[in-house]
Amino acid sequence: MKILVCLGNVPDTTTKVKFADGAALDKTGIQWIINPWDELALTRAVELKEDSGNAVDQVTVITVGGKDAEPTLRKALAIGADEAIRIDAEPADAYSVAAQIAEAVRDKGFDLILSGIESSDYNGSMVSGMLAEFLNNPSVSAVSGILIQGSEVELTREIDGGKEQVVVPAPFVAAVQKGIAREPRIAAMRGIMMARKKPLTVIPAVDVNPLTEFVKFELPQPKPPCKMIDAEDIDVLVQWLQNEAKVL
Amino acid sequence: MSVLVYTENWDGKFKKASYELVSYATQVAEMLNTSVTAISIGKVNDDELLKLGGFGATKILKADDQHLNGLDNQAYTDIIARAAIEEGAGVIVFSHNNTGKALASRLSVRLKAAVGAGLIKLPVSLSPFIVYKKVFSGKAFAQVELKTEVKILTLMQNSFELVEADSRAEIVSFAGETGVPKTVIKDVQKQTGKILLTDAEVVVSGGRGMKSPDNWGVIEELADALGAATACSRPVSDEGWRSHDEHTGQTGKIIAPNLYIAAGISGAIQHMAGISSTKCIVAINTDSDAPVFEYADYGVVGDALKVLPALTRAVKEAKSK
Repeated sequence: MKILVCLGNVPDTTTKVKFADGAALDKTGIQWIINPWDELALTRAVELKEDSGNAVDQVTVITVGGKDAEPTLRKALAIGADEAIRIDAEPADAYSVAAQIAEAVRDKGFDLILSGIESSDYNGSMVSGMLAEFLNNPSVSAVSGILIQGSEVELTREIDGGKEQVVVPAPFVAAVQKGIAREPRIAAMRGIMMARKKPLTVIPAVDVNPLTEFVKFELPQPKPPCKMIDAEDIDVLVQWLQNEAKVL
Repeated sequence: MSVLVYTENWDGKFKKASYELVSYATQVAEMLNTSVTAISIGKVNDDELLKLGGFGATKILKADDQHLNGLDNQAYTDIIARAAIEEGAGVIVFSHNNTGKALASRLSVRLKAAVGAGLIKLPVSLSPFIVYKKVFSGKAFAQVELKTEVKILTLMQNSFELVEADSRAEIVSFAGETGVPKTVIKDVQKQTGKILLTDAEVVVSGGRGMKSPDNWGVIEELADALGAATACSRPVSDEGWRSHDEHTGQTGKIIAPNLYIAAGISGAIQHMAGISSTKCIVAINTDSDAPVFEYADYGVVGDALKVLPALTRAVKEAKSK
């Protein structure tokens, strides 16, 4: 069984974002990380491979990005992926990213294609389902559990107020979320050393036009300072919530 | 050309978010001088379907074939795509929830239609078609141009007010022809009787400052008094004090209630990313320098274990007046 994990290369969560001319992210000084949800997907993929009962032969990671995305792929290799693929294009929008990945992985024999449910940069949650549609594979979203049982893969899907256990035939695409793995795995020194020797293949992009374009970014207006209430005088808080904020 | 809106049901019922979505679709349709058709998939009775008319839908496509009761993203996409084509939909609207995201993304590729995902208000302009959303988990806003003829919009929950309308909706049966659904649902576990975190208008949330899972009674009592859902920070769910379902934050649940009460939560950026669309935040923390006060609208410096019971008393008193 072969698992593919799609990774996004995103600014570290604590980044104070700035925009050059209001039209594009100012990348100066940004630390890049694996998108946190994709990191959970990768962790689960590596766990599945390590459990020898599962017959997972290979975990491959893929991203769409320039050379500056390679440290993120190396980190994924250090965490435990076996090989990495970089599609050499700037990620323009979800549609073009999904189209690029679909071209690169079609007919390559991946049984499970995983990615995080959302990316922490543009928060679209679209790539996974788009990729499934390009590949004409089944897709399952909001997956918080993956178990391989013989030839069958059982998924836990979160629904409003509950969970479902579902099975879809492989190959399929799953968007995973919290619960899929307990904690993202930290790369150990041995992993980092081994990652240098693992294959990182760069493949050329195909010609795809994005369907959307960012025209303008804005930062939120500064918020008025927090109004403090004395702990001994909590009635005041209730009055403000009722009459001023009007939320009670 | 019309606006098509996919209205998901939960055990045959719609909820407030469904009506917000139809209200939004109706406003978009007014901008475009057209009408709204809703599509419902699965078993929903006609009385329930007609409620959508109360928010502006004039036509309701009912696809209630037996084989469509469980969500299969491909089969549902088959139906919605066909409805979009038959209705000549120029805009297709979904909720930005798990189901909406899963279907909008597939439909985008099927119809080669641009998606504006996670929108928080009406389109900024129609020509060019520009939509508005949060990016970087609430740290910025973006205007995005959708460059295809057919557009798909997904709306963040609790970001649009209900607008009642007095249109009379007509229900039309819609053939449920699809490919064979491939998703086999083997088992379902549902919590009952609890207010869902993602639906709640008021949320009471606890962090490590609550000191022990045994202290959650004061959170639950306040939640009961407010008709609120309960939530927690990541360390609390990682420690197993509370279920993962309650973890609110960047990698947990993203919510947008009217009121969020953060008790004993320091306010790490990852936590605040999960609640950035909240209308009003109250922070209770012993440390007056805790970052949570930078995000909060109202703050109380004090021990949550003492402040929460006092707040519960004050809320009950105010409500009894």
